[in-house]
Amino acid sequence: MTTVAAHSLRRRKRINWQKILLIVTFSAVPLFLLALFTYVPFAKMIKFSFFDMSYTKNKGYVGINNYLKVFSKSEYVGAMLLSLYYMAGAVVQLALALFFATLLSNGIKGGGLFKGIIFFPFLVNGIAIGYIFKFFYTRGFVLDTVLQSLGIPLEKLPYWLRDQSINNWSLVFTSVWKYCGQNMVLFIGAIASIDPTLYEAATIDGANKWQQFKAIILPGIKTVFMLNLILSITGSLSAFEPAYVVGSMGANGTATFFIKIHQMAHVNNKVGMACAMAMVLMALIIVFTIAQRLFFRYVMKDADNTFNSKANKAKTLW
Amino acid sequence: MSVKQSALPRGNTRENNSALTKKVVLRTLAYFCLLLACFIALLPIVSAFTVSFKTAEEYSTTNAMALPQNWLNFSNYKQVWEGNQPSQSLLRAFATSGLVVVIVVAVSVMMGSMLGYVLNRFSFPGNGLIRNLFLVATLIPGIAMQVTTYQIMTDLGLVNTLTGYIILMSGTDVISIYIFLQYFENLDVALDESAVLEGCTYFGVFFKILLPLTKPAIITVAVLKGVGVYNEYYNANLYLNSGKYYTVSTALYSFSGPYKSQFNIICAGVLLTLLPPLIAFLVFQKQVYAGLASGSVKG
Repeated sequence: MTTVAAHSLRRRKRINWQKILLIVTFSAVPLFLLALFTYVPFAKMIKFSFFDMSYTKNKGYVGINNYLKVFSKSEYVGAMLLSLYYMAGAVVQLALALFFATLLSNGIKGGGLFKGIIFFPFLVNGIAIGYIFKFFYTRGFVLDTVLQSLGIPLEKLPYWLRDQSINNWSLVFTSVWKYCGQNMVLFIGAIASIDPTLYEAATIDGANKWQQFKAIILPGIKTVFMLNLILSITGSLSAFEPAYVVGSMGANGTATFFIKIHQMAHVNNKVGMACAMAMVLMALIIVFTIAQRLFFRYVMKDADNTFNSKANKAKTLW
Repeated sequence: MSVKQSALPRGNTRENNSALTKKVVLRTLAYFCLLLACFIALLPIVSAFTVSFKTAEEYSTTNAMALPQNWLNFSNYKQVWEGNQPSQSLLRAFATSGLVVVIVVAVSVMMGSMLGYVLNRFSFPGNGLIRNLFLVATLIPGIAMQVTTYQIMTDLGLVNTLTGYIILMSGTDVISIYIFLQYFENLDVALDESAVLEGCTYFGVFFKILLPLTKPAIITVAVLKGVGVYNEYYNANLYLNSGKYYTVSTALYSFSGPYKSQFNIICAGVLLTLLPPLIAFLVFQKQVYAGLASGSVKG
């Protein structure tokens, strides 16, 4: 008996060494990169935000002065408010995505083709989008030609990228154009996972399409919808792509807060100030994320974060 | 649906007719909305396509939407493919981007699958901590940290080197780890157990048994990551700006210098850059859609 136990003990010990070796070799590189590109820059960002410094020179500790400057200059507050345009765009985008997802989930002929076409802009290179839409919006070019053919004279049309009363909406449109199809694909996936017998039962009960949408589809995709809403809203806070590539680096009053950070760091070379601005942006994003998560954990009662819940009850073999 | 209709009691034919008309009207409306959406999705791309076949003279004299006189005028494509100087040729940029994409995808697949295997199959102190470290990292917007990341890259001497850009782009992304984690969850542990009983090492279990079985997850990660890296321009612009290396994105970006507003030439470049993602999408449509879905749950 004792020899068997000792044998199995020895065996287990050998396996343990192998296990440790495997865990270390398999997770060392990803953890190193995670530290190098996430946690080290994060710690540095907190530190630098309290210093007056450039990439090469450190002029000393300035306390919370950088932060005070962020909130006292109307330039930065105004840039932050630009994200409201993108939030409005995000809401329209989600509504359109849901509308098309519902249409395409109703057994439309050629649905796969429609889905592919509406989705494709998501895969287009950002710089390419910049050129495509500069061409699209240029005076007398694509958009103006289409609108003229609908009977609107050119004199009544604005300069889409120059006129400050409209140019931010023009940029928001490019973002909706790119991301609407992606949201739609996610909604189609969520709708497809709803039990089809529910629709049959509803049809027999005499419910029309709108009632079915409200009573079956909406509750069925609530989680995916809320997650997309969170991602779109936090994405709006750090919006930069349309202004960077279509709006020529934020010309004509389209510079979002992120563009200001970029310019502060890489044009004005004020690293401390840029870090303070980035901290403010991050704080805003975290506040929005947590607020929305709490909202749908307590109001909707089913915020299920798969990654996290799996982490808590990690189901492992060895 | 049609089966259901005929199963209904055949009562008043007029009522049936009006229900039918309503259905036809709704269907027509649905098609109209979808066609309009497709028109809007395609119009900017198609107009770039048509203008790319115009000669300089045609471009300056005709309306932007007028069709080109010669659909076989590939001179603009030849121009961007070869470039004014060798450094600006799209051919070279495609080679650079191809190299970056292949290496980054290979590294991401290896790191994602290995970490997924470790986190899913082994219990050890720190398993939960590692998961949470990756989870919290998704809350910190990477974009906010680009200032200090740039400083770290400068300290390491990695700015303006292709190696540096590749390392940065391979930097752990949670989505590929998550996709593999999910996939291992659904692979029966009996596979591992029997292999270990037959004397296979854990390394052997991973490389010989599990990794070949994760092919669908590998394709999903490769396509999503590949298209993402191919389209990336912000870091490429920041970390490869010496003029020595151009990726497809930065080469395209540099067009605004020599070609200013000659959209007939620029759009030829735009169309060429659209081809690789388009082909990848047409071939791997299912995996792209599935990958997006698992990416969205990561929250």
